[in-house]
Amino acid sequence: MQISEAWLREYVNPAISTEQLVEQLTMAGLEVDSVTPAAAVFSGVVVGEVIAMEPHPDADRLRVCQVAVGEAEPLQIVCGASNVRIGLRIPAALIGAALPGDFKIKKSKLRGVESYGMLCSEKELGLAAEANGLMELAADAPVGVDIRDYLSLNDNIIEVDLTPNRADCLSVEGVAREVAVLNKMDWSATQVETVAVSHAETLGVSVKATDACPRYLGRLLKGVNAKAETPLWMQERLRRSGVRSLSAVVDVTNYVLIELGQPLHAFDAAKLNGGITVRYAQTDESVALLNGQTIKLDNETLVIADDKQALALAGVMGGSESAVTGDTQDVFLECAFFTPLSIAGKARNYGLHTDSSHRFERGVDPTLQERAIERATQLIIDIAGGSVGAISNMTTAATLPQRPAVLLRKQRLEKTLGIKLADEQVIDIFQRLGMTVQTQLDGWSVTPPGCRFDIAIEADLIEEIARIVGYNNLPSSSLLMRSELGKATEAVLELDRAKDLLVDRGYQEAITYSFVDEEIQQAIAPGDDVVRLKNPISADLSVMRTTLWCGLLKAALHNTHRQQNRVRFFETGLRFVNKDGSTQQQKMLSGLALGSAYAEQWGVASRKVDFFDVKADVQALFSLTGTEMQFVPAKHPALHPGQSAEILSQQGDKIGWLGMLHPTLEKQLGFDTQVFLFELDQDLLLNKQIPKFKPLSKYPSVSRDFALIVKEEIAVSEIISCIKDSAEPTLQDIVIFDIYRGKGVEEGSKSVALSLIIQSFSQTLTDSEIDAIFSRLLATLTTKLNAKLRD
Amino acid sequence: MSATLEEILAQALQQLRDAQDLNQLDLVRVHYLGKKGLFTLQMKELGALDPEQRRAAGQVINQAKDQFQEQLEAKKDLLQNAALEARLASEGIDVTLPGRGQAVAGLHPVTTTLRRISKIFASVGFQVVEGPEIEDDYHNFEALNIPAHHPARAMHDTFYFDAHTVLRTHTSPVQIRVMESETPPLKVIAPGRVYRCDSDITHTPMFHQVEGFLVDTDVSFADLKGVVYEFLRAFFEKDIQVRFRPSYFPFTEPSAEVDIECVMCGGEGCRVCSHTGWLEVMGCGMIHPEVFKAVNIDSEIYSGFAFGMGVERLAMLRYGINDLRLFFENDLKFLEQFN
Repeated sequence: MQISEAWLREYVNPAISTEQLVEQLTMAGLEVDSVTPAAAVFSGVVVGEVIAMEPHPDADRLRVCQVAVGEAEPLQIVCGASNVRIGLRIPAALIGAALPGDFKIKKSKLRGVESYGMLCSEKELGLAAEANGLMELAADAPVGVDIRDYLSLNDNIIEVDLTPNRADCLSVEGVAREVAVLNKMDWSATQVETVAVSHAETLGVSVKATDACPRYLGRLLKGVNAKAETPLWMQERLRRSGVRSLSAVVDVTNYVLIELGQPLHAFDAAKLNGGITVRYAQTDESVALLNGQTIKLDNETLVIADDKQALALAGVMGGSESAVTGDTQDVFLECAFFTPLSIAGKARNYGLHTDSSHRFERGVDPTLQERAIERATQLIIDIAGGSVGAISNMTTAATLPQRPAVLLRKQRLEKTLGIKLADEQVIDIFQRLGMTVQTQLDGWSVTPPGCRFDIAIEADLIEEIARIVGYNNLPSSSLLMRSELGKATEAVLELDRAKDLLVDRGYQEAITYSFVDEEIQQAIAPGDDVVRLKNPISADLSVMRTTLWCGLLKAALHNTHRQQNRVRFFETGLRFVNKDGSTQQQKMLSGLALGSAYAEQWGVASRKVDFFDVKADVQALFSLTGTEMQFVPAKHPALHPGQSAEILSQQGDKIGWLGMLHPTLEKQLGFDTQVFLFELDQDLLLNKQIPKFKPLSKYPSVSRDFALIVKEEIAVSEIISCIKDSAEPTLQDIVIFDIYRGKGVEEGSKSVALSLIIQSFSQTLTDSEIDAIFSRLLATLTTKLNAKLRD
Repeated sequence: MSATLEEILAQALQQLRDAQDLNQLDLVRVHYLGKKGLFTLQMKELGALDPEQRRAAGQVINQAKDQFQEQLEAKKDLLQNAALEARLASEGIDVTLPGRGQAVAGLHPVTTTLRRISKIFASVGFQVVEGPEIEDDYHNFEALNIPAHHPARAMHDTFYFDAHTVLRTHTSPVQIRVMESETPPLKVIAPGRVYRCDSDITHTPMFHQVEGFLVDTDVSFADLKGVVYEFLRAFFEKDIQVRFRPSYFPFTEPSAEVDIECVMCGGEGCRVCSHTGWLEVMGCGMIHPEVFKAVNIDSEIYSGFAFGMGVERLAMLRYGINDLRLFFENDLKFLEQFN
């Protein structure tokens, strides 16, 4: 909300600077977002009157004017504006004046005629972005008076960012009340007199929805001149409040809304069919709104209707068919209290947000309506004339919000704020806030005023005390807390350790959006049942990722498009997938590598990263937990069918995937190099074995190297399992040190060179014992895998 | 008869002097001291002499031999040193060339910031807890005292899956989840991703928050102020100015916004702080009685405070990053600056 500082100071004028005032408001919870001057900086401009005018001898468009500026002699000023005329009062910039944009007015000659100043438009004074001719001042504008004083331009526009609980401050009066409290001053509310009724006509008002509309005031104003000009002072105040001047009647309703915080609405009485009814809309009933929109209503929406149809969205926006226009003569003025609950969310449901709905859904003072309608009536007849009808007042006392007294215990106040306050200070703060205080045995019973919808429980009162005392005047204590010994869970590896390992192995951490492009998602994991956002921010962020690869691939592309030819990324986070009727949120750790295996460096031949480079990184992660995993050849829609492995735990739990991005996807996504990917389930990955001590052997270990020839389709893991399954008690370790294909090995076969480490816990093994072990293993390998020893 | 001893010695010493390397030197040694060496032969010839002469002649030969030996050792040292020098000279490398191998990468600045925040709170016993990112309406709003049509919902631009399921708009639902399952005293921080349907220069639809809360008997607003002060000073490693402003969150009462003196201009006023000298860094307050009611904690016995902060915001202030969107572009040129 924005308000004029000068207007505010008419109600309460503490002897503090603008900066101090702003600081005070901010520190009281009315955060000031900005302070801007009401007008650009200029000087030397006064109210002038054109008293004589003749055409310029040498220029068709120019006029030579004699302008009275309050001096003994009028000034001769040459002017080219089309609306210049005798008797017009205008802003006149005198010699020496400085206009916005550092424009100095000097004596000059225009086509040979001397000119002693300049007549100004609103644009030239920085009051408007565009102007059509000179700024026309009122006929009674005092000639010679500085225009800044006349228009009260030495003012600031204060933009306050109000929190939703402070509906009471959504008006100049509301802010004034707060400023008065903060400065321990009195303030003077707008004086509102009861306007004398001057005609007997009324319009029938019936409130059907009394729960939603506990109070509805209406009044008929007849013979109003809807074409009357809104006075400049009101236009200026509206402008400084961020409201555009439209027409006198509408301007008045807006003015009262800003002044008192009460939304009003004016109907053209001639366009109403019968009386006014406040009711809920019928299903599929529609209403044409002032903004040109026609909306279909649901039966929970409150409307103002006549005998024929819905006219307006109650508390939100008026309708176009019953709107006041320049031809309007009779006005039906509405001033109601709609409950916050009946308005809350309604405007938003229809994609609307208005000054009126903003106030009603936060809470308008339910005691304000009579004062507001009288104020608006007075302003309308002052500006636009007309005769005044009696107020129709439909109040249902039972549904008006109650403000029950709230109990504040002194001990609770002290305990919450950690400070002792004098009783008088507490009472004084509440009273200045307009609350009624009754002292009780252990505290106070406090009744808030009608405008304070936010005071309902003890904590609300404590906050008021804290706010007015000032948060920064409250104590701060060094934390004394009960402490317990922390946990040191060893069976779970900390994710941070896994992340550090990847960082140390050259993977940069990325953080990508959890919602992704459905097209990429579909291409990478076509089988996954995605979770779809109802209101995505854009089409390319519309579904939740079922794999972190979506984001990592996009991040990698971002970099390859920027001349990065080596990218290694990892990310941790949730994947989201619908399974068995519910959405699973699974913690994953994923990585991507493309480009050379090592950053370009001297002395080492450059080579591309391959499956086994990335496998080593993944295995390094597993070695952190001391758990052995199986890499099983398997097919994944995103991966190269010959270079992909599903990773399983020894128990067969699916931990994740490792592989090369499928060449088709590689091309489709726009990569020009192979991309390797892995994704692991965090919970399974981080499951750690607590180490268990095994005694050391005192006897020497022996290593025995040999090469086996097996068929291509035999995986090395099968050879290793076969050896392990033989359960030789002295076998300690198996190392694969070469794979050979080619000369000496028949086509379709490969040679696998292994080293076996053998060690006994009870003796030094003799050559014959070692040979025996070796022969047994070889026999098993031959039987099970048809392996042959290579000569 | 062959050459005299003097001649042999003179020749031997000359050959020692002439030896160019350890190999030549060894040949010289063998030539004179080997089994068939000239000195060895001289000694053998002694056998022909009578004992008297033998001793005297033996002494002379031994003296010559010793002299040769001495010179030999000296020359050997010399040549060994020369050989070492030569090796060292030949093995010299350009130590300014870069090292080889895998380079170390780095963590995302958001992670680094989160780790620092967690470490500071963990040091006084706060436990780190995570929660789901797809949340139900109850935990994200209702239980936090934000009923269906509360205007505060307009402050949260929520992503919806259906009428009751949302992407969490803040980390506060973790507060509810912890209080539902555990009993006070509680000291918890909950870091994580949060989502708002908002995207422009200063908003990304996903960002990170850290929620913290403490529930115990006798927790006061003064304790909250103390924790926040100490945290901010620890985080910025500076005795920074901090101020508390009344604000509004449906789940705390009293509620406060916390400002710190602008770390860019030291409070003088600059573009970053909109010339106010202050920067808003977190929201906080005393846990609202309605929130305690929702999780069945008796607010007459327990009280508590909660706070929440934006991680990217803190990272931006800490490292001087001027564009929020950089955090999620994952440009290596950006990320590597924080390695």
